[in-house]
Amino acid sequence: MENKKEKVDYWRWLEYHSVMPGRDWKNADVITAGVDVGSVGSKAVIMADGEIYSWSVMRTGSNSSDSAKKVLGWAMEDTGLTLKDFNYIVGTGYGRVNVPMANRAITEIACHAKGANYIWGPTVRTVLDVGGQDVKAIRCDERGKVVSFLMNDKCAAGTGRGMEVIADLLQIPIEEVGKVSLSVTEEPKPVSSTCVVFAKTEAVGLLRKGWSKEKVLAAYMRAMAIRMSELIEKVGCEKDFVITGGQSKNIGIVNRVENILGIKRLPVPNLEKTGLDPVSAGAMGAALYAKALHEKSLKR
Amino acid sequence: MLTAGIDMGTQRVKVVILKDNQILSRNQNFSGFEPTKAAEQAFEEALQSAKLSREDIQHVTATGAGVEMAPFADSTISMMGADARAGAYFFSSARTVIDVGAEEARAVRCDEKGIMMDFVVNARCAAGAGTFIEAMARALEVELDDMGSLSLKAERASPINASCVIFAESDVVSLIHREEPKTEIARAIFDAMAERVASMVHRLGINQDIVLVGGAAKDVGFIASLKRRLGMDILIPEEPLFAGAVGAALIAAKRAGRRQ
Repeated sequence: MENKKEKVDYWRWLEYHSVMPGRDWKNADVITAGVDVGSVGSKAVIMADGEIYSWSVMRTGSNSSDSAKKVLGWAMEDTGLTLKDFNYIVGTGYGRVNVPMANRAITEIACHAKGANYIWGPTVRTVLDVGGQDVKAIRCDERGKVVSFLMNDKCAAGTGRGMEVIADLLQIPIEEVGKVSLSVTEEPKPVSSTCVVFAKTEAVGLLRKGWSKEKVLAAYMRAMAIRMSELIEKVGCEKDFVITGGQSKNIGIVNRVENILGIKRLPVPNLEKTGLDPVSAGAMGAALYAKALHEKSLKR
Repeated sequence: MLTAGIDMGTQRVKVVILKDNQILSRNQNFSGFEPTKAAEQAFEEALQSAKLSREDIQHVTATGAGVEMAPFADSTISMMGADARAGAYFFSSARTVIDVGAEEARAVRCDEKGIMMDFVVNARCAAGAGTFIEAMARALEVELDDMGSLSLKAERASPINASCVIFAESDVVSLIHREEPKTEIARAIFDAMAERVASMVHRLGINQDIVLVGGAAKDVGFIASLKRRLGMDILIPEEPLFAGAVGAALIAAKRAGRRQ
């Protein structure tokens, strides 16, 4: 007889939203928003006079425009804001053309560079953005303008979605994979398969050989970190280096990329105090572009 | 002369026994957790159905991804070498043999004698191999065998990110939510896979006739998409799954003949 177990979604990550305490949008001249509809996560950032007012992060649904409406709606929740109050809204991300309330769509590459510049300041030169279905290595100047970039969006290896699949296979909650992977006493050899499907097969084989879950996870993350590092090295890694996107929270990946490249990323600011969330860098950049575009339109 | 070829695939082991280069018996088994045992069992059954014993076989040649797990073989041959040999055996006009297996796809150029001249392999990405169709059948909640006929009913293909199995899985879920017809999703999947396989053939250079073997050569959906993508006809032998084993058994006959 089969044991009936409740299905646990190990891949499911925490959704969150918040309003900056002590800030009132009614005192602001310009209200803008950036809506980043990613392949896996949707992010919205609302800015009052170019300062972060509120934000939200949630899972993208099967419909991009619904996801855009929901995520912006969540960032507006309990603020008294209505869509009419916005001077300009920019959509970005995988589903950027399907953001119905946006005045304009801008690529997430430009938005991540801009957002990173806002979070960490003008010294940022290299941004690694690890999203749900792609990995981007971006070089930017002191104003957060993209100088060059490289992207892998053809393959799940090293993306957040790939990480979710492995977390589910190993039955380790996605929020804990980073910590768990660093608990190994010795770093194992990386898995040889780049493809997530084949890596899954390889992981099952390693478990059968008696490897611990931690060790298998470490071997997978090692391989993914090598892959990301190669992308960064191809574009050229110049200080300061930062990581954005969902995987910026995964210390297992962050740590290994830092070790391979021999460079530390700039530390992540306190979210509650500053509202500066590397996961929302794209939405932040979009909200900043929205402000600039609004101001430009006034000058005409 | 009696010889045998064993193809140790990632998903199935295939065995062929040849008598003077004519197929006498064939058999297959799932590789499972113990491919060696699976192969031995398949071999024994193939011998039994041909009313032969192990001693009657002069030479056994093994091939396939798990070739080292056939310790009872007398010799081994590369998968490309076996494909080339089998392609020319099935069709004397064959100059390109495409082999699409569970986890690997190959395009092999051969001469009229079945000697391998050049090849291109995809073994690093599941989106170009049979695993892709299996994963998509699961995502679509249809039987693997129904995927082909389903795709043939479609006039168009759904827009889908089929560069990666993992991405395609989430795309299929979204498409089903949007009530996109399963026929069109199935066609998109075969089209994407055919695109990858065709690009391997193009890298090798088009050399007709083109022969398709391997498990995917049994799928009407994939065949239709590949023909459309290549813009030419392709030849398919009667039992395409056994091509590697047939090629290995032919090599075994050559090697046994040399020893006599």
